[in-house]
Amino acid sequence: MSLRIVVCVKYVPDATGDRHFAEDLTVDRDDVDGLLSELDEYAVEQALQIADEADDAEITVLTVGPEDAKDALRKALSMGADKAVHVEDDDLHGTDVMGTSLVLAKAIEKTGYDLVVCGMASTDGTMGVLPALLAERLGVPQVTLLSEVSVEDGVVKGRRDGDTASEQLEASLPAVVSVTDQSGEARYPSFKGIMAAKKKPVESLDLSDLEIEADEVGLEGAWTAVDAVVERPARTAGTIVKDEGEGGKQLAAFLAERKFI
Amino acid sequence: MAEVLVYVDHVDGAVRKPTLELLTLARRIGEPVAVALGSGAEATAGTLAEHGATRVLTAEAPEFADYLVVPKVDALQAAYEAVSPAAVLVPSSAEGKEIAARLAVRIGSGIVTDAVDLEAGEQGPVATQSVFAASFTTRSRVSKGTPVITVKPNSAPVEAAPAAGAVEALSVSFSAQATGTKVVSRVPRESTGRPELTEAAIVVSGGRGVGGAENFAVVEALADSLGAAVGASRAAVDAGWYPHSSQVGQTGKSVSPQLYIATGISGAIQHRAGMQTSKTIVAINKDAEAPIFDLVDYGVVGDLFEVVPQLTEEIKTRKG
Repeated sequence: MSLRIVVCVKYVPDATGDRHFAEDLTVDRDDVDGLLSELDEYAVEQALQIADEADDAEITVLTVGPEDAKDALRKALSMGADKAVHVEDDDLHGTDVMGTSLVLAKAIEKTGYDLVVCGMASTDGTMGVLPALLAERLGVPQVTLLSEVSVEDGVVKGRRDGDTASEQLEASLPAVVSVTDQSGEARYPSFKGIMAAKKKPVESLDLSDLEIEADEVGLEGAWTAVDAVVERPARTAGTIVKDEGEGGKQLAAFLAERKFI
Repeated sequence: MAEVLVYVDHVDGAVRKPTLELLTLARRIGEPVAVALGSGAEATAGTLAEHGATRVLTAEAPEFADYLVVPKVDALQAAYEAVSPAAVLVPSSAEGKEIAARLAVRIGSGIVTDAVDLEAGEQGPVATQSVFAASFTTRSRVSKGTPVITVKPNSAPVEAAPAAGAVEALSVSFSAQATGTKVVSRVPRESTGRPELTEAAIVVSGGRGVGGAENFAVVEALADSLGAAVGASRAAVDAGWYPHSSQVGQTGKSVSPQLYIATGISGAIQHRAGMQTSKTIVAINKDAEAPIFDLVDYGVVGDLFEVVPQLTEEIKTRKG
């Protein structure tokens, strides 16, 4: 029986660009070029490896976002995912993580799945809560923050390295998994992969396809409100000295002055 | 006065510092009611009472250790239903955020994560967050349901504020999902004897300029002279010189100590994302053009193998 894997990915503003907020205090997505969140590349990679180990598997890559977010899907398809689902709707502008998890959960259910794979966090919001939210909404086990993952006989196993302990986890499918940047370097798309990706199907869904009302999502429907955004003032120039043999002592004097010693 | 639930992060009854910071913040918006779960839960009560907990709700069951996250969500939900709090505060650890998120879905509330400050506001608690590699500060609040907010370590001072801290047993019935993810085995991390990276008041980090695993001894010696945690840049971790659990940066840990000392770190955006909210920043690097120097309060352009040992010696001398 085919193993149906859905990988959730996010199209994010490039962190090396000068990221800003728009007037309505949502992230300005026109301001900086976007790309597939680096941490989601690890999720695509692990999905590909799990699929390789399975007798028969199909990987669907899923995103919620504006037209440009298709770029993130294309990247994942060029790495080797089989097909893509793009949820796009004007009413989604300003949706927060609660709304996004609702949309993703409905899209995952509609697509059909045995395993959902996510990155550990997005590189823009960096909340790291979406995988847990999906597991809660889908009513399936969460096997999250894995640095190693494998699937065998309908069971997902993995290692979670926490602050205080390293744990071996196990759950029956269907399940939601998230993987860390320690799970294994993501592959680069080959030229062949890039060409093949152009022919792979990308299904578009909107809110009505998912039976979600407009007021459940978007800025108006958000569960949280941003009241103010302030650009952090540039740090005032610090003292910089060249070490002429006393650099360590000079630094110690600075630390003492600031009462760290 | 409204009650505020505070989820307690503890190891066998020893309360971790971020929870004590949460109690300081919780008192700004109401009366803290602590929720301590698992082995040693009751042993937390004394410390929690000293720091302002009016009540301590405790539950012990094997499920908390044997299965991932969900049993704790079930318990926190039971506490929520028993208390009807004005807000729920949880430390921003990886697990804390997952617990908070699932609770928020269940109670129909929004969630704000990684707050670095919290105040009472007219429409409920207002959380300050630091976003986009700390280039912006936002003020956010939960607009639907009971605010669920996770707070980063080092966001508030730990203050003594003796309160009753009456221990009450919390009755928990576990959901069908509680046993979904089994913890098959658990190996405690070997203690380095140094403070935990995300909680430390001082962090000393090493990067590519350290040049090798064995050279980290220089960084560690400086850290030990200051009672600091040791961090590493992604370059140093990818090179295998230091464990990933110590990586500071966008794909590693985010730290916000009183003092951050970067040695041999150039300061790529990915690293800055993880340390830019540090209160005082110091860098030692051979390259005068390194971007890290744009952030520093004090920088030394020089060879870290000259500067750092001299600094360490001077600190030891000054401390006597």
